[in-house]
Amino acid sequence: MAQIPASSVQGSPHVLETHDLRAYYRMKYFGINREVRAVDGISMHVRKNEIYGIAGESSCGKTTFIKAIAAAIRPPLEIVAGHVTYSFIKDDLYALPSAKRAAIRWRHLSYILQGSMNVLNPVRRIHKTFEDFAFRHMHLGRTEFEQEVKRHLERLRLPAEILRAYPHELSGGMRQRVCIALATLCKPEFIIADEPTTALDVVVQKDVLAMIRETQSEFGSSMIFVTHDLTVHANVTDRLGIMYAGRLVEEGRTADVFSNPMHPYTAHLIASLPRIGDTQPHSALAGSPPNLADPPKGCRFHPRCPLAMEICRHENPTLTALAEDHRVACFAASAKVQPSNDEKPSEAKALEAAR
Amino acid sequence: MTTPLLHLDGVSKLYRRGGLLGREEFRAVDNVSFHIEDNEPQVFTIIGESGSGKTTLARMILNMVKPTVGAISFKGQDLASIRGETARRRFMKEVQPIFQNPFEAFNPLKRVDRYLYMTAKNFADVHSPAQLEAAADAALNKVGLSIGEVRGRFPHELSGGQLQRVAIARALIPGPSMIVADEPVSMVDASLRMSIVNLFRALRDDLKVSIIYITHDLATAYYVSDRIIIMRKGEIVESGPARLILENPQHPYSQLLKSAVLSPDPRGQGVLTGDSAASQQARASPRAQIVS
Repeated sequence: MAQIPASSVQGSPHVLETHDLRAYYRMKYFGINREVRAVDGISMHVRKNEIYGIAGESSCGKTTFIKAIAAAIRPPLEIVAGHVTYSFIKDDLYALPSAKRAAIRWRHLSYILQGSMNVLNPVRRIHKTFEDFAFRHMHLGRTEFEQEVKRHLERLRLPAEILRAYPHELSGGMRQRVCIALATLCKPEFIIADEPTTALDVVVQKDVLAMIRETQSEFGSSMIFVTHDLTVHANVTDRLGIMYAGRLVEEGRTADVFSNPMHPYTAHLIASLPRIGDTQPHSALAGSPPNLADPPKGCRFHPRCPLAMEICRHENPTLTALAEDHRVACFAASAKVQPSNDEKPSEAKALEAAR
Repeated sequence: MTTPLLHLDGVSKLYRRGGLLGREEFRAVDNVSFHIEDNEPQVFTIIGESGSGKTTLARMILNMVKPTVGAISFKGQDLASIRGETARRRFMKEVQPIFQNPFEAFNPLKRVDRYLYMTAKNFADVHSPAQLEAAADAALNKVGLSIGEVRGRFPHELSGGQLQRVAIARALIPGPSMIVADEPVSMVDASLRMSIVNLFRALRDDLKVSIIYITHDLATAYYVSDRIIIMRKGEIVESGPARLILENPQHPYSQLLKSAVLSPDPRGQGVLTGDSAASQQARASPRAQIVS
């Protein structure tokens, strides 16, 4: 599987690199094969010390992508093609034996998950949960480990009393903070955050996001941050990738994506965000997301796209760099921009139409 | 003066827990009064964080829970005086609910169209299959769907946005004068939120239905609502015209809520690194965070 020479991986400044990653759900019922292409050819990288955001509606393959990069694959999900490489592993992630992969988890690669109630064991006190998750990765004696946990909580300005509490005694925001502390205890190089604030209300959400941002910059971890809420991305992430139906359709620095969205889907998402102080009617996107078991041919967005052309129905646009550090998979956007042109692209009219 | 559509007068709801010893009382809703005028359909928004009593209030308006203190009247009739099947049906015909999670509101083992037919049978007084289908189709058309898209489908075959629209169509079949929507968009994707919220606007303007919209999302509340109340721990802390209040909140809690709304315009790196006053307070007094 290791087609990428090991030297290039070692020399790269990217913490995570995926190359043409394809993860399908393959089922066979009564001799009928069914294939759901949840992640279909994603190539991206995460640089050191950055928060990379992934946005997209539900059932666009966000969670499957996370599973694939975390090597949390269970049938019927299969990795069909592609590579996942991390800077802290010499080889491809899937070339490693499973025991080695398990050793990497939590030490180098950890997660902050959505439902903190489901992560924390309801019948164990928090300090026991810390032991369950991290003790075997820390290689410390028991007393040293406990001291390290206390030091860590102090650093995150969480009270030490919570170690004695049961999960149900903590509020939702506090539980999510505990999950962040749990995920950062081993100071991992890479953190995956899957909708960490979706279940929280606005006041708590802001504090938890601030804590994630602080913790990440303090420990210098890189992070993938997944949520469907674009306003969260606007405030937290450094770079942003937009997913649609299993593919990455646009990627760039968050500020660039917001100020100059090139893909019609992104343009629509950003234009439809409600703001306080704005009462103009916003239109919603017509149609519904495609069925991934039978996706439309060509560009998967074409049935809903206001700029769809003939070519979009037959050919799949590739993710091409249209501006500095800004990649888009759209024929209409590419046609407006000369790939050699370094200046700011002018496709304002097309985007007006998209809105 | 005409009788208001809905009138709440000093409504409180107490929940008791514990047995003989150590009995505790918990005020979910505390002395709430407001009214909605009959002559002008409006979107009336109730905003509050989790645990502020929004849902309990909605359940009392739907007459599913009886208030401990105070009275609720709908079109001049006290809800407590509704007795018997006919009176209850008459009330349900006028006030219809929409729930938070469409995947939980529909039984996954039953076909979606069945809900539409049952509602039409019970409330719109139609019985022949052709008429039932026509009634369902008419309601679905109002929300931008057609019977062809939902006939014979199970809930898992429809997307969350479609299902929520079917739920709204179902609520429209009896021809209600008020709809109570409890967090109808919090489970729906950000990209589909707009289609639901736009639908509420259309219902108010075209069908003259008043909507009680319960949410914690200030941005959509600003976009859609006419009047607003902000609740905290069961009490109303601020009420009035929506735009006025959200642009210029007076109560400290309303100001905190507004400051917590994330702006959709990226301001670059490190926006959130500063510690907000609330989080400092939360960390300083951990016991306040630990609920009893």
